Amino acid sequence: MTSTTPARTEQSYEYSEFMARAYAIELEAAERYAQFAEQMDEHNNRAVAALFRKLSGFEALHAQRILQEMAWPSVPALTPAYAWESAEAPETAPFDSLHYLMQPWHALEIALRCELQAQKYFESIAAGDAPPSVRQAARELAQEEAEHAALIREWMSKVPQPAEGWDEDPDPPRMSE
Amino acid sequence: MNAPMTAAALAAKDFKSDYKPVWCPGCGDYSVLSAITKALATLGLRPENVAVVSGIGCSSRIPAYTTCYGFHGVHGRALPAATGLKAARPDLTVLVASGDGDGYSIGGNHFLHACRRNVDLTYIVMDNHVYGMTKGQPSPTTEPDWSSKLAPGGTGLREFHPLVIALASGANYIARGFSGDPNGCAALIAEAVRHPGFSFVEILSPCVTFRPEQREWKQAVRPSPVEPTEDPARAARRLMTDDGFNIGVLFKGIRPAFSGAAAQATHAVADLEAGFSL
Repeated sequence: MTSTTPARTEQSYEYSEFMARAYAIELEAAERYAQFAEQMDEHNNRAVAALFRKLSGFEALHAQRILQEMAWPSVPALTPAYAWESAEAPETAPFDSLHYLMQPWHALEIALRCELQAQKYFESIAAGDAPPSVRQAARELAQEEAEHAALIREWMSKVPQPAEGWDEDPDPPRMSE
Repeated sequence: MNAPMTAAALAAKDFKSDYKPVWCPGCGDYSVLSAITKALATLGLRPENVAVVSGIGCSSRIPAYTTCYGFHGVHGRALPAATGLKAARPDLTVLVASGDGDGYSIGGNHFLHACRRNVDLTYIVMDNHVYGMTKGQPSPTTEPDWSSKLAPGGTGLREFHPLVIALASGANYIARGFSGDPNGCAALIAEAVRHPGFSFVEILSPCVTFRPEQREWKQAVRPSPVEPTEDPARAARRLMTDDGFNIGVLFKGIRPAFSGAAAQATHAVADLEAGFSL
């Protein structure tokens, strides 16, 4: 979000409600990726840990930009307006997405799904009956998520795709069924 | 719960210790840890005013991952330890962490009597229907037909129904959460801490290693279609049609919390110690 339209500088209540949602989306995504990085670190999967840490940093940066733009004295609590349907925010990776043998490509695949979900959420707000300033912001945010998705796709093309049997462990932590 | 302190409010991260969890990647218990720390921050508590007591199992590692006082106790014995602590230090907010093996099998009897006593504790049970730490044995909540190398063809045993048992035994607050919704779990835990007496929060927490099929739980869980009730009979009727995937608060009782033990103590600690000899 780089531009600030006159309507948005009015900081209407609805606009603030929506931007609080946008902030929560970025913050939750950053926190989840940071948790994933810790989990991968603990399981000595350093390449994927580093990647999740990087993704967390990107999301934290997006959250920071929203904070800077809004200049809230304190972050407003989420209201029911603009709520997402799922239990967690649309850009938050599901907690059970991980495998201890996963590879960078898998991490990027997770990130891609999250970006696309966020894009879809923002597009739905942009297409809805929210005030014009909210719809404009939602359009811009959807565009940003689309750009992120394109970047991740490009990134995915540069890392090796996992070979068949990538999750086979000769000394598995579980007993064979 | 004890009164929140007036110092600057803490964030969830302030309740996380420097020890990193060693659960399997993707384990639901990560979300429960996150929910607990969020709940404590929401409640405006401080780590030095909270104790987390546990037994044995994957879930029982939680005290070490918080900055609160912690006690990682004996298998199945988290509740007696927590009861003693709360009776001696009613000023502390005491959370108890357990799993379906630790809490319903080894500690099953303590569960009944903790409900009955109604001491002001919050009991969080991470239920994954399996003994994960010891490599996948069936637990009391395992489905009778779940077949594994350790129980070929399944146990054929009827599952334990924790919410039914909790209600029948006198728990004063009964809720169910899902670890895929850490914010929802945090809200349930915060409400449980605020509610007087013994609060029981069962959290469905998939074991991605020994029960990978539990990833499907995210499709099965749904918000409970009914509001919580204070009427045990009504709650019991609702449980008759519960399939184990309704999420939310089922019961909020009005029974006063037990609070008599400390006031009735007639011996000083030194007198009691004098009675022990090695």
